Amino acid sequence: MQLLIFYGFGFLALFSGIAMIMSRQPVTSALLMILNMFCLAGLYAQLGAHLIAALQVMVYAGAIMVLVLFVIMFLNLREKAGIVSKHGVMTQAVGIAVLGFVITAMVSKLDMAKLPAAKAPAADFGSVVAIGRVLFTDYLLPFEITSVLLLAAIVGAVVLAKRKV
Amino acid sequence: MDMPVPLHHYLILSGILFSVGVVGVLTRRNAIVVYMCIELMLNSVNLTLIAFSRQLGDLNGQLFTFMVMAVAAAEAAVGLGIIIALFRNRQSVDVDDVNLLKG
Repeated sequence: MQLLIFYGFGFLALFSGIAMIMSRQPVTSALLMILNMFCLAGLYAQLGAHLIAALQVMVYAGAIMVLVLFVIMFLNLREKAGIVSKHGVMTQAVGIAVLGFVITAMVSKLDMAKLPAAKAPAADFGSVVAIGRVLFTDYLLPFEITSVLLLAAIVGAVVLAKRKV
Repeated sequence: MDMPVPLHHYLILSGILFSVGVVGVLTRRNAIVVYMCIELMLNSVNLTLIAFSRQLGDLNGQLFTFMVMAVAAAEAAVGLGIIIALFRNRQSVDVDDVNLLKG
């Protein structure tokens, strides 16, 4: 049953990812990306990361992708001639070939026996309480730095998108 | 709860998703699609982190994912701001049209 859920979400994520980089219209790409993120949220929930799954749907599929769709429609983007970058076709082909080689090598080197054995998770694994406890004790400083980063991003976005500085 | 899914299933899926993202970044011309491919790569890394987090019964992986999401949100705001500024100057978001730094 678990395997069935994994393969359902996994193949859907894979197909939406591949269809995303192949579709002609940016809007189609964005909608496929949202589907991809929902599938990944399903996998997170299956892995017991319930809070992260909810955040994935809210932050990624909700906020970020809506922003992307907004920009696509705002700029009224359409693909002109050809969706694939025109210069350096050879470079791209070599790059993709090298990438394929690296991935194949990685997967073939993946030694199932050396992977860590599964440990039984705690009863509250992945719950809001458990995550919050770690976030506000061990990860308090990174959490505060994140808030500074978000502030910098807000200022940066306003400055970049302003007509005249 | 029946048999859990073995860890290497998740690792292979996330490896494939990451390479799909890399191929998209390398080949596509539209800056917004390139941006979405970067998001896809971030997401595939998140999947690895959460799979290991579950396997080891350790919450640190999920906290890392949390931070990655915060960075992705910041990146979305700044990246889309850059794309809008680019469109205003060039009337295009084609990455091949952006060659000002080319010698």
